[in-house]
Amino acid sequence: MQQILPYIINGISVGGQYALIAIGYTLVYGILRLINFAHGDVFMVAGLVMVYSTTAMPMYVALPLVLVATVLLGFVIERAAYKPLRSAPRMSVMISAIGVSYLIQNLSFYITGGVPQPVTTPIPWISENVALLGTSTKRVTLVTPVLTIALVIALVYLINHTKIGMAMRAAAKDFETAQLMGVKINAVISMTFVIGSFLAAVGSMLYFTNYPSVAITSGGMPGLKAFVAAVFGGIGSIPGAVVGAFIIGLCEEIIKGLGYTTFSDAFTFALLIVVLCVKPTGLFGEKVTDKV
Amino acid sequence: MLKIENLHVSYGGIQALRGISLEVPDGKIVTLIGANGAGKSTTLRTITGLVKAASGSIQWNGEELLGRSIDKIVTSGIAMSPEGRRVFPDMTVLENLKIGAYLRRDKEGIAKDLQWVYDLFPRLKEREWQLAGTLSGGEQQMLAVGRALMSRPKLLLLDEPSLGLAPLVVQDIFSIIREINRQGVTVLLIEQNANMALKIADLAYVLETGRITMSGTGAELLANEKVKEAYLGKHKK
Repeated sequence: MQQILPYIINGISVGGQYALIAIGYTLVYGILRLINFAHGDVFMVAGLVMVYSTTAMPMYVALPLVLVATVLLGFVIERAAYKPLRSAPRMSVMISAIGVSYLIQNLSFYITGGVPQPVTTPIPWISENVALLGTSTKRVTLVTPVLTIALVIALVYLINHTKIGMAMRAAAKDFETAQLMGVKINAVISMTFVIGSFLAAVGSMLYFTNYPSVAITSGGMPGLKAFVAAVFGGIGSIPGAVVGAFIIGLCEEIIKGLGYTTFSDAFTFALLIVVLCVKPTGLFGEKVTDKV
Repeated sequence: MLKIENLHVSYGGIQALRGISLEVPDGKIVTLIGANGAGKSTTLRTITGLVKAASGSIQWNGEELLGRSIDKIVTSGIAMSPEGRRVFPDMTVLENLKIGAYLRRDKEGIAKDLQWVYDLFPRLKEREWQLAGTLSGGEQQMLAVGRALMSRPKLLLLDEPSLGLAPLVVQDIFSIIREINRQGVTVLLIEQNANMALKIADLAYVLETGRITMSGTGAELLANEKVKEAYLGKHKK
């Protein structure tokens, strides 16, 4: 037990990071039925912005700047690459998303020169070591799940108890009827990208502050795993994405703890295949009822 | 008054409306009858802005509606209960009604209109906290109409409110439509149930493959031999 405990703590923390990314996938899918392949790259860009801004300015300016820049990026991606394709076949939007993903990686390559950017100034306080139950860990490991849960609660409140949340739920079910009620569909879609990018930015800061460097491909793996988490939980469902993310984070770390580190990534993707075969709608997925 | 002139609408190469003109005077019930695919729904969908017109004009109290966004059209006092009811199944009855008032800011007015809708449809009040998906077909239709009323429209567009409902329920719905009209809401109703629609209509138009072929008062069309034969299932002797 004493040996496995740090891995469990780590797993919960990793799960929280995945959850923050997974919500972005699941929200966008819920409304547009689109897998936003560029989401992992948005996560990576947030990391790059953090590296550049924290070295150039004080923390209290740099961190809000990361949030604003990431949100802006998510907003612009939707307006430029997805909105013009609103009435196009879903496949076209999907291809556009893949295009955006590579475009972002390429632009980042141009800016960084392809060199991983070292995280020289990690966020203070949360990067300090603390003792916990006989082991030692960085404070960020404990802050991540707490912050994640708090943000999820705020998000669920927003969706269930505010006007914009009501509009989001209506649009997710039925675009046309939502519009007939006067819901401005483009504003609602932008809002989902803003929320998704905001959470990804928070996740990115918590992730990269504990990481040696940010490379242009750094968004790939966490992005993919968060995507698996969203599918596992039932894509389109927020609680599903969160639960899925924590389960995957925990399993990965426990597998590492048992000494099979090489297999931890393989496990996640094997899980994806199993879920798709056995329960394609995931843990909390909505039943697929075709509109007549 | 709503005034449509020479309206043309095409959908993916098919001409759905080939130059229709019609008028919906204030305070009246106007109905548009016709077979499946005649262009009835297209007409309503073009008025609400869901469908773009190729040419023509739709004037609402003297202002052009074509080219306006859907939310502007709703704010100008036009609301629709769509075909197939399309209530939001995993929202409660109350939430469905609240979203009908989405563009309104006047809290007191909304509360008053909620009461108004509950007075019109006491069943909805009883089921306030139930998910809309669990309601019966007739109740869902009431909810769809109530939801449209929550925007306080001057003109209510009803797309096939009797579709798939038992005859008794249809009677109920039509008597409520009449009541709503009596309280000052202009109604444009499209129906396949021509008999019921013509009975309550002040004015009626017959639509055939995108063209208006006949018009008159509801009573006139009810008595018309051609209408009887084509839409009321009564044969000439």
